[in-house]
Amino acid sequence: MTDTQWETYEVFHQSKRGEAHEHVGSVHAPDAQVALQYARDQFARRLKCVSIWVVRTSDITATDYQDESFFSQSTDKSYRDPKTFGAPDHL
Amino acid sequence: MSEQDEKEHLAEFEARIARGEKVEPGDWMPEEYRHNLIRMIGQHAHSEIVGQLPEGKWIPFAPGFRRKLTLIAKVQDEAGHGQLLYRAAETLGATRQEMIEELLAGKAKYSNVFNYPTPTWADVGVIGWLVDTAAVVNQSMLAQGSYGPYARAMRRICYEEAFHIKQGYDAVVALAKGTPEQRAMAQDAVNRWWYPTLMMSGPPDKISEHTERAMRWRIKTKTNDQVRQEFVDLIVPQIRALGLDVPDAECAPDKATGHYQFTRPDWNELKRVVNGDGPCNAERIAARRKAHDDGRWVREALAAKSGQSTKTAPLLA
Repeated sequence: MTDTQWETYEVFHQSKRGEAHEHVGSVHAPDAQVALQYARDQFARRLKCVSIWVVRTSDITATDYQDESFFSQSTDKSYRDPKTFGAPDHL
Repeated sequence: MSEQDEKEHLAEFEARIARGEKVEPGDWMPEEYRHNLIRMIGQHAHSEIVGQLPEGKWIPFAPGFRRKLTLIAKVQDEAGHGQLLYRAAETLGATRQEMIEELLAGKAKYSNVFNYPTPTWADVGVIGWLVDTAAVVNQSMLAQGSYGPYARAMRRICYEEAFHIKQGYDAVVALAKGTPEQRAMAQDAVNRWWYPTLMMSGPPDKISEHTERAMRWRIKTKTNDQVRQEFVDLIVPQIRALGLDVPDAECAPDKATGHYQFTRPDWNELKRVVNGDGPCNAERIAARRKAHDDGRWVREALAAKSGQSTKTAPLLA
């Protein structure tokens, strides 16, 4: 039995225009067009959806959870944070 | 990896879980954690897939168009849940193909409850109401678990199960308010599903092999007995509110504990049914095999069109 293990596509779902596409899961599919149909059947059965993206999982480059230093900030970056200024809130 | 490294990784892993953080694919994890989760998620996936069958049988006979549409949607949800769960298990290194092969070979375990027959329409209502309430109690607990992809799948699934419970309850209410025959049909279904549903939460804590470690690593966040008690406390008042009986003379509130007392199911029956010897195990596996064979031409046609047949999946979900 060698006929079920298709590659996977990550699914991004936009619930309405103006919102961001959000990652909701992934599906197995033989190609991107079929992946769109499976994504619709799996992730848009009920809630409103105006757009779906599918991306071949193997095309995604990701950081490694172990490599926390990738996100560490070596110097104080608090000057980038609006909350660290004394200016009034209505500004 | 040296023994020292292994120890450090384990300490880090357990500290992460103790802090309430999720474990994600690609994180270091003990082999036993990975192995237990693959076993559990795989069984859960199979349960969803097999769970289509007892109710699916009633689609052509559903009373009325609205109930037929509802039942089709419910069964489609179960198929979707199975796929979500196979994906979650794949993030741990299992493949969907080997899990499906195991199921079709009759080697995989899945929930005891889907190996009982559904001779009447009342069974569809009672499955949605009782069985899916028990499933939601269990799955809400699993949604708090430590493995990110499984917890995420549980949240999505629980949302859809709420619809399953309501449609089941609605179907039972119609019978409970109906003719004496319809009422008797609802009671008969409650009688037959009561003990199999109590068994769904698994063997009692004192004989459950996996509970202690599963709790420590937050694979589970409540024990089988806790989940079972929570279900009983929730469902008994609902059953009685419809004027139906719980088929257990011992079932009464215990003033001291605030929980319902109830008679434990026959654990030997649970063992037998889970190990393949229930009333419908052979029928269920045969139906899955037939579905797999009947769908082969579709898979082959899709694969031929895209020019690719097999490729393994990387770790993401």
